[in-house]
Amino acid sequence: MAIHSELLPASPEHLGDSRPPGRGVDRAFRLLAFAGGILVLVILALIAYSTISKAWPAFRDEGIDYFTSDVWDPAHAAFGTLAFSFGTLVISVIALVISVPVSIGIALFITEVSPRWLRRPVVTLIDLLAAVPSVVYGLWGLLVLVPALPGFYQDWHDLFADVPVLGSVFDGNPIAGKAFMTAGLILAVMITPIITAVTRETFATVPQAQKDAALAMGATRWEMIRAAVFPHSRSGMTAAILIGLGRAMGETIAVALVIGSSPQITEKLFSSGDALPSVIVNQFGESTGTYQAALIGMGVVLFFLTLMIGVIARTVLARSERKLGAA
Amino acid sequence: MDEIDVTPANVAPVIEGVDEQPETAREVVFEIRDGAVRYGSNLAVADVNFDVGAREITAIIGPSGCGKSTFLRCLNRMNDFIPGAKVEGRITYHGENLYDPKVDAAEVRRRVGMVFQKPNPFPKSIFDNVAYGPRINRFKGDLHDLVEQALTRAALWDEVKDKLKKSAYALSGGQQQRLCIARTLAVQPDVVLMDEPCSALDPIATSRIEDLMVELKRDFTIVIVTHNMQQAARVSDMTAFFTTDVGEDASRVGRLVEFDRTHTIFTSPSDQRTEGYITGRFG
Repeated sequence: MAIHSELLPASPEHLGDSRPPGRGVDRAFRLLAFAGGILVLVILALIAYSTISKAWPAFRDEGIDYFTSDVWDPAHAAFGTLAFSFGTLVISVIALVISVPVSIGIALFITEVSPRWLRRPVVTLIDLLAAVPSVVYGLWGLLVLVPALPGFYQDWHDLFADVPVLGSVFDGNPIAGKAFMTAGLILAVMITPIITAVTRETFATVPQAQKDAALAMGATRWEMIRAAVFPHSRSGMTAAILIGLGRAMGETIAVALVIGSSPQITEKLFSSGDALPSVIVNQFGESTGTYQAALIGMGVVLFFLTLMIGVIARTVLARSERKLGAA
Repeated sequence: MDEIDVTPANVAPVIEGVDEQPETAREVVFEIRDGAVRYGSNLAVADVNFDVGAREITAIIGPSGCGKSTFLRCLNRMNDFIPGAKVEGRITYHGENLYDPKVDAAEVRRRVGMVFQKPNPFPKSIFDNVAYGPRINRFKGDLHDLVEQALTRAALWDEVKDKLKKSAYALSGGQQQRLCIARTLAVQPDVVLMDEPCSALDPIATSRIEDLMVELKRDFTIVIVTHNMQQAARVSDMTAFFTTDVGEDASRVGRLVEFDRTHTIFTSPSDQRTEGYITGRFG
């Protein structure tokens, strides 16, 4: 082949005769990559199909009530899941509200503030935290956090008792410290490593030229971060938050151990509640028939909730980026 | 090398205004004595001695890797951000030691602005880019006025006045660089450092920036690092020529070879290395 092409001058007539040697590999690669991409969609579709079909009896019997009623009474065949969806959303929001600022702070510390020698150890430690199994967090929550919290909740409640909205938000009577807030706190600890890791990667890609621009104008470090680091990291930070949210919404064991397992819709964050994944894990074993279908249906609800939040977040982000016309 | 003759001769014929300089006091902005930069234990730049005069354009030229940009960044303490970088010798700004522990580096950068090699506007609107500096400096006054002034001074106002809300990225490279100049001017600095400001631009955009520099010289002191000798010859009043000394252990140290009026450097340099460089024999 080499000799062949050496002898023939590169002229248009011979274009059809010779094939670059890497061509076969390239085609194989394209095929493989394409198959991989399709496979993701196929698996997703199959999961959606099989869960929906298994959950169908519950959807059929309950109709719209399945999603909008908060009465969950398997003994009387009443399967309303709203209280669980509510619980899932509430604890996820608590987790994000606590975790996002902390994670961004840690990521900024690592990329912008920390001395070089400290960087490695902190990063390693955070990555290690991400690898701790969730049941460990759950047990820590159950054995350490839950007993310690009621007194803290009480103080907190007293502090805000006279403030209009906060007074009723920081209220409730947790069963031995098991509450929405407790689940939210545990989740915050659990999702901080992953949000930190992703935001750190994003911050590390901010071009030095952008940082220099701000610094050269007499910006302090924080002013530089606001002008250069954040605007550049919007989409990465959104991705990080969505990954954290996904983890929070899907977390099962840790939440099941500390949330109190008594479904209710209330603005009182110190009262016990329940969440979609934890009710599935708690009740699936004893369920049959429509009851079981209703539990599987919650998986579907969770699936679509996560999907919807992801789509909304991405849309909002895309709109704000388009406004800026940033390349 | 430090003795600079400031007789109002026709220093650089291209430039107007040079011969208006008073014969006596040459107002000195930066005084650099034995300036040197180290990265860790490696000496990067050494033996820099020259003065930067007020409302002059001082060009720093020399081959790649001779430490021009590294040195330029000493003048507004941008080297502070490079881990391990250490500035030695004495650099004064209007008589004050720039590296005195009492000096606030952010304050230095407010007075000594910088324009970079590649245009680096923020991902914000044109207006917000220019308003950034005044905002962080808690400027109280008519921000619109200030932005207009800065953009006018940077010879960009007419091109952007109808699209101030548009993203800075919608501008061409040359416009972006002028925007960056406007952004620097909006902080109302005393000195503007330019680190190869035209190296990413086409000839037309380059010539606009050069015209602009000459225009700005009336109010600002400008120090420009450039790869382009013609550019140095066209715009600058004084020229510093740096080169790289390769030691026996293959260490490379940038050194100042010659500092003089631009006209002298380009017509009758006193050092052979300068002559070699400007006539294109090396570099």
